[in-house]
Amino acid sequence: MQLIPCPWCGPREEAEFHYGGQAHVAYPEDPSALTDEEWAQYVFFRENPSGPFAERWSHSAGCRRWFNAVRDTRTHDLLAVYRAGEPMPEVTS
Amino acid sequence: MTSPAQPPGAHLPEHPDFLWDNPEPKASYDVVVVGGGGHGLATAYYLAKVHGITNVAVLEKGWLAGGNMARNTTIIRSNYLWDESSGIYEHSLKLWEGLEEDLGYPILFDQRGVLNLAHSLQDVRDSVRRVNANRLNGIDAEWVDPAGVKEICPIVNISPDVRYPVLGATYQPRAGIAKHDYVAWGYARAAHAMGVDLIQNCEVTGLETSGGRITAVQTSRGRIAAGKVALCAAGHSSVLAKMAGIRLPLASHPLQALVSELLEPVHPTVVMSNAVHVYVSQAHKGELVMGAGIDSYNGYGQRGSFHIIEQQMSAALELFPVFARAHLLRTWAGIVDVSPDASPIVGLTPVGGLYLNCGWGTGGFKATPGVGDCFAHTIAHDKPHPFNEPFTLERFTTGALVDEHGAAAVAH
Repeated sequence: MQLIPCPWCGPREEAEFHYGGQAHVAYPEDPSALTDEEWAQYVFFRENPSGPFAERWSHSAGCRRWFNAVRDTRTHDLLAVYRAGEPMPEVTS
Repeated sequence: MTSPAQPPGAHLPEHPDFLWDNPEPKASYDVVVVGGGGHGLATAYYLAKVHGITNVAVLEKGWLAGGNMARNTTIIRSNYLWDESSGIYEHSLKLWEGLEEDLGYPILFDQRGVLNLAHSLQDVRDSVRRVNANRLNGIDAEWVDPAGVKEICPIVNISPDVRYPVLGATYQPRAGIAKHDYVAWGYARAAHAMGVDLIQNCEVTGLETSGGRITAVQTSRGRIAAGKVALCAAGHSSVLAKMAGIRLPLASHPLQALVSELLEPVHPTVVMSNAVHVYVSQAHKGELVMGAGIDSYNGYGQRGSFHIIEQQMSAALELFPVFARAHLLRTWAGIVDVSPDASPIVGLTPVGGLYLNCGWGTGGFKATPGVGDCFAHTIAHDKPHPFNEPFTLERFTTGALVDEHGAAAVAH
């Protein structure tokens, strides 16, 4: 089973985690000012790269904290993990 | 003897040309279809057959039908909830019913029926509603109680003393399975016979536009000018569309499936369960074919995590205790492009002459003839066919979603 290195608990089995999709998608500061197009982009459109992807994970059967990871979607290699609120680190895939 | 400098297999004879040629790409085509899977081949076939457009190339980065067309669990049905979905899936099912004759090629299409199980009161309500909706749309559907499930598929465990008891099922008798690779070969042969170029080992690396219109595709085998370009790339649709500056509301996930060793016939129909995440049929040759739910994370690696298989097996064993004696033969994964409303995106794009067919998620196989026909119409007329008109990219902005999570869920 794939091990995911929780930045709080260390490497744990994937089955302990829940996936949260793309990271760093901020809630719009003034949602009512958005056009339909901008709102659709916020609600439905996400990056879907073949390669490194910054994404959210929750250690739901462990410390129950959310964190971010950069993972290569081609190999499933976890290139970096970092705590929520921290900037995305530079990675080389 | 071959020299070591030659790639593996270089000494082998060429692909037999009585099936289809392996041509060099021409400098330009009227229509370039990107993706040589079921949808791409079917699109090329209907372009040539129905619309007389034969200066067509199908570009495939690997080999024909080596992606999801070789990896699906071959289930064909049309019992979706909404009118929009009923339209395109039932159109497809009707084409399936005449496809062997149409292609002049055996595809082992077998209308053995599909049971979609209900395991909770909410499942029951949703299922009965779906049966009623199907009937209003002229689609064969009935609600069967647990005894009825047992009658149709005697090996299903209908004991009330399990974690997810079977409370009944929807049944579509006209649903069934087909041999997926025969379907691809049938389309490939027929399209080739009408003059379509099937070009393998040809990866699209760029899309050229000029004045808001598509002009050419760049490929690993050079530049190919194109009057129109049609994307049929399933899991890689986001990557391709981005080459033309188009963002899609898709997430590409691994979807796993597996087969058992060959067994004598024990399973007469197709059984699907959204609640416990498994769907099962028995191939003509005898393997039990089982599909799982998607892996939660985005992935392009055509493999998934083992705990998904374990979960799928435990669900299968509870539903079919007899499977405890079966051995797993192999597992695999495909990359499925999942859309936010579990419905496909088929139609025009902001780029002139560029057409989109994606977002079929876990359920594209059953749509192969239907979408091939409608997508070819869309390309030929630069206007959606009525059956794919609701499935625009714009619906995510307008809010006119076609929410099929209930009928599709894990188990399209």
